Amino acid sequence: MTLPVRELVEVAEKHIKNYNLNFGPQHPSAHGVLRLVLELDGEVIERADPHIGLLHRGTEKLIEHKTYSQALPYFDRLDYVSPQCQEHAFVLATEKLLSIKASPRGQYIRVLFSEIGRELNHMFSVCAFAMDLGAMTPMLWACEEREKLMEFCERVSGARLHMAYFRTGGVACDLPDGLADDIAQWCEVFPMVIDDIEMLLTNNRIFKQRTIDIGGLSAEEAMDWGFSGPNLRACGVPWDLRKSQPYDVYETMDFDIPVGKTGDCYDRYLVRIAEMRESLKIIKQCLAEMPKGPVRMENHKITPPSRSDMKNSMESLIHHFKLFTEGYHVPVGETYTAVEAPKGEFGVYIVSDGTNKPYRCKIRPPGFAHLQALEFISNGYMLADVVANIGSLDIVFGEIDR
Amino acid sequence: MDQALRGLGEIITLSLPNEVTTAEQINGELCINAHRETIIKVMTFLRDDVNCQFKVLLDVCGVDYPDRDERFDIVYNLLSMTHNQRVRVKIRTHEKTPVPSVVSVFSSANWWERETWDLLGVYFSGHPDLRRILTDYGFEGHPLRKDFPLSGYVEVRYDDEKKRVVYEPVKMAQDFRNFDFMSPWEAMDAPLPGDEKAEDANDTSSEGVS
Repeated sequence: MTLPVRELVEVAEKHIKNYNLNFGPQHPSAHGVLRLVLELDGEVIERADPHIGLLHRGTEKLIEHKTYSQALPYFDRLDYVSPQCQEHAFVLATEKLLSIKASPRGQYIRVLFSEIGRELNHMFSVCAFAMDLGAMTPMLWACEEREKLMEFCERVSGARLHMAYFRTGGVACDLPDGLADDIAQWCEVFPMVIDDIEMLLTNNRIFKQRTIDIGGLSAEEAMDWGFSGPNLRACGVPWDLRKSQPYDVYETMDFDIPVGKTGDCYDRYLVRIAEMRESLKIIKQCLAEMPKGPVRMENHKITPPSRSDMKNSMESLIHHFKLFTEGYHVPVGETYTAVEAPKGEFGVYIVSDGTNKPYRCKIRPPGFAHLQALEFISNGYMLADVVANIGSLDIVFGEIDR
Repeated sequence: MDQALRGLGEIITLSLPNEVTTAEQINGELCINAHRETIIKVMTFLRDDVNCQFKVLLDVCGVDYPDRDERFDIVYNLLSMTHNQRVRVKIRTHEKTPVPSVVSVFSSANWWERETWDLLGVYFSGHPDLRRILTDYGFEGHPLRKDFPLSGYVEVRYDDEKKRVVYEPVKMAQDFRNFDFMSPWEAMDAPLPGDEKAEDANDTSSEGVS
């Protein structure tokens, strides 16, 4: 018996299998080492299974074997696009355990550099996102500005990226002469760069077609998936730890929290652009209001004495020696301290057993929660939209894989 | 003691008398000790109760205390945006006893529990997809346990003859260095043998950091 032609076609269609695609770990849009196993029905995403951990370095385990001051540079290497905020989280957590506060000037400098870190991060993430969607120019412009900012970091700490500049009780050293003026000068020029980048993207037809109504989620869904930072604010939740649970001198800062409406890729982009302008306000206020005085607290059980003291005082020499061999002891206790990192809530959970090393140091990277929701927000969209989603979520594997 | 936090702790302990053992404040942060078996009920209550509204599960992690009978602490960090509060829920578990998975309550628990399973070897029952997440494919052991050496057991290199990456036992060119910097002056409680001034030292040892 022969089947009619129409039925033959139907039988044949039932045998079409979903296509499995390995995206990454060497794909330029994977933002590092993401291996994404995609199951495609035609071009529509059925399942997205991110395989992470290709950059796992065992940071938490290493920190358990290091003193508190030796552990600090590991935080630079988490989210290497904005290392300052992570150092901030760690020093705040240690300060909480030690029940101390940083010196006022130290707090201002930390906030200043945290915001510079935010500018660095948003500039990079927005423009890398644009590059994923085919816009090359913004990335080149942003990298030029990043270069200037990293020069500021170099002048203050000696390192462009991995500053290792924040210390428990303040920062490592004071701003060199003229740096504050140069940052202030940069603040005057930078808004024009944001305008330029916006000119290329915000009303760009191609950019809008690729991002509007792509990967949106509601505020409830975002909370359920543990979203934070710009990705959560894009869903319309006005939640910012700098406002709601202020640390250091953020309480005195005057800035606004931009929020989105739909939580799609375009809103996430707009929130980041707006946040760059808000950060600029904070930087300017920090520069204007920064008090004079020591950049570290003067308790030499925790912070090293000055170089000249060490030449003249035996006690200072002993303090210095003890601090850089044994380190300081942190009382028994535990804390979960979080900061508003550019990518979201960056938390550090430290359990101290009273020795000079953390008993357990759990790092809560914001990107981990965001990447986990990738399948949820990409399901039913096209393959090309996965690229937009990854770019707009602002993923950096240094912090996700730890 | 923060009054609001103490009130919140009381509400939680009174509402869940059988599920929650204690509520304490550590460094001004509310910490709730709960029973392992009823963790789903506790989390659902914390998420849905009007006074709690802890809608965001930020983090699930474990802490290893190898000397203890129930060696693992599993720690859940929650955030309530409505009340601007944080709470930490702690449960204890053995090496072999599974913990009920809270993925049904918070979707974000999925990867955090996978991570805890991967790094500490705590099994979560009812988890939809409990695979390793951070370590290598085919990795053995649980690296964040205190009895796992820092250097690990295997190292990888590219073998030019076999034309592939090979796994070999770790060969250390020099001994693993773990300096003991604990000074006899501070932070050591045990008296040194033959130290006549040991008692005096204890009296004046209050000159600590905090």
